[in-house]
Amino acid sequence: MKALCWTGINKLNVEKVPDPSILNPKDAIVKVGLSSVCGSDLHLLDGYVPTMREGDIIGHEFMGEVVETGPEVKKLKKGDRVVVSSIIGCGGCYHCNHGAWSLCDNSNTHPALLEKTYGYAGAGIFGYSQAFGGYAGSHAEYIRVPYADNGMFKIPEGISDESALFCSDAFPTGYMAADMADIAPGDVVAVWGCGGVGQMAIRSAWLKGAGRVIAIDRLPERLEMARTHGKAEVLNYEEVDILESLREMTGGRGPDRCIDAVGMEADSTGIEDVYDRTKQYLYMQSDRPAVLRQAIVACRKGGTLSIVGVYGGLMDKFPMGAAMNKALTFKMGQMHGQSYIPRLLEHVQNGDVDPAYLLTHKWSLAQGPEGYKMFKHKDDQCMRVVFAPTL
Amino acid sequence: MARNKKHATTKNQSQKKQKSFINVGPTERILSAVGGAALTYYGLKKNKSALGIGMATLGSSLMVRGATGYCPVNKALHRDSAHTPVEAIEIKKSVTIYKYRHDVYNFWRHLENLPRFMRHLSEVKQLDNKKSHWVAKDPTGRMHFEWDAEITHEEENKVLAWHSLPGSEIENAGEVWFEEAPGGRGTEVHVSIYYWPPLGAVGKGIAGLINPALAQLVKEDIRQFKSIMESGEIPSIEGQPHGER
Repeated sequence: MKALCWTGINKLNVEKVPDPSILNPKDAIVKVGLSSVCGSDLHLLDGYVPTMREGDIIGHEFMGEVVETGPEVKKLKKGDRVVVSSIIGCGGCYHCNHGAWSLCDNSNTHPALLEKTYGYAGAGIFGYSQAFGGYAGSHAEYIRVPYADNGMFKIPEGISDESALFCSDAFPTGYMAADMADIAPGDVVAVWGCGGVGQMAIRSAWLKGAGRVIAIDRLPERLEMARTHGKAEVLNYEEVDILESLREMTGGRGPDRCIDAVGMEADSTGIEDVYDRTKQYLYMQSDRPAVLRQAIVACRKGGTLSIVGVYGGLMDKFPMGAAMNKALTFKMGQMHGQSYIPRLLEHVQNGDVDPAYLLTHKWSLAQGPEGYKMFKHKDDQCMRVVFAPTL
Repeated sequence: MARNKKHATTKNQSQKKQKSFINVGPTERILSAVGGAALTYYGLKKNKSALGIGMATLGSSLMVRGATGYCPVNKALHRDSAHTPVEAIEIKKSVTIYKYRHDVYNFWRHLENLPRFMRHLSEVKQLDNKKSHWVAKDPTGRMHFEWDAEITHEEENKVLAWHSLPGSEIENAGEVWFEEAPGGRGTEVHVSIYYWPPLGAVGKGIAGLINPALAQLVKEDIRQFKSIMESGEIPSIEGQPHGER
């Protein structure tokens, strides 16, 4: 089959590889219908996630059709149209049984790699480096899905492939951001980053009862999407002083809940941006914390920071004093897809949210390298390139 | 328990009277073979780094040492570990398993289950309630070793200890404690595995090199035990597709 492989920093290649097969009794094979790029893939491309191996198939946000099931797959069968959680969970450990699927004890095949730096390893993730299990990703014609009964969800009739696709990762991640933020009715929620996850966090903040949602980015088309589809008030950090604007917009209190949907490659302005980029370039820090710093200072006293933007390692100049003395609550994590996907499919079915608008470009797998280039440089107002292997 | 056995480790291996080129004792041979193969495996997995190549090279020479029973270093030092008493090395690992204590205990107590998560074992056969026959293979699959073991201590749902019987090729022992974890978190399993490596400077040096690999092997085995108990299978990507490497 054809697959999009990582071959080095900023190098992708479409290669012919063997078809996947059932390796464990709870596996299924899915014929990929749609497979989306994700902002977190850019960290792989840019070389900020170590333990990528040449030839690794990337991609983790996908839907498709079940074509084969292992003997222990009970809930789903051949022919089912499914959306699959990007995070892999065994379903048997303490964490999976408590809804925290991205903390699964068993799905990561290489836990020792992360244990060295993190103490304990998180779950396996499709197409997201050896440290996260080394599972082959979804930018391919077929993909093997381990623990299929936990990770695959049957797409109800009436929901299109495009609408179901983002229930794999962007929607549950954004929804978890809003969920962790503990939004109380009337709360002002500020969302940093208006990519796919940020857009879904905005929508989810409303679902969770926010009184106002303020979205922050620098790209006019993304802010426009946040305004039209997300009904958010928008701030462009290249044009206005974010701290000052947020203070003014909230009667001097600051937003109650702050969501970081950006992560370790945050862009910022001025001397701070130069400082962080230089340190990151020199490997003196792995993560650029501009958004986190700003959110900590912007947040109202006693407020909540909910972090779903991906961080990998160490960062510098973290304003812990502000966080501590303002009694902020920090919540964070990779998303627990299996806990959220059923209710998100319901939201889609009820017409509360149709995430299909994130899809701006639908391309063939052969255009993979080009697609990532466009996505990375945000050319052509690209929000999400989605590969359809059948094209 | 088995901890006390460290002090009772004399092993009579001097039956071999005839002159032979073999100067590596059976335990050491097996450790060399298994540890060497493990080192080779982890070395090769390290992606051609200098450390990886070093590990693989040392690993393969240890494998040869294990397979042939001849060690040029031993020869040069006039050292013959086929005849020396030894002290145990201990590998410990704790893990919490989200299952009831009796389920976890029963799975382990049914010793025939052990090869499902201990990769160096190909078979364990229970001979009677206390005695069992163990078959191990080295990771290359070229050699295999057999021995008998006996359960030396057993309290249902609490502790299980065993020791290989005299005359075994691999002298080894194990002890597993099962405790209820607090707050409904399942069962804490505390495992200690003991092997008897050779004495002397070279032996210690080699044990020092091999032990980390063996310890890694034991730790991964225990992790696999948890996976099997909790999810019924061992996670794997062995045999999945990838592009050119």
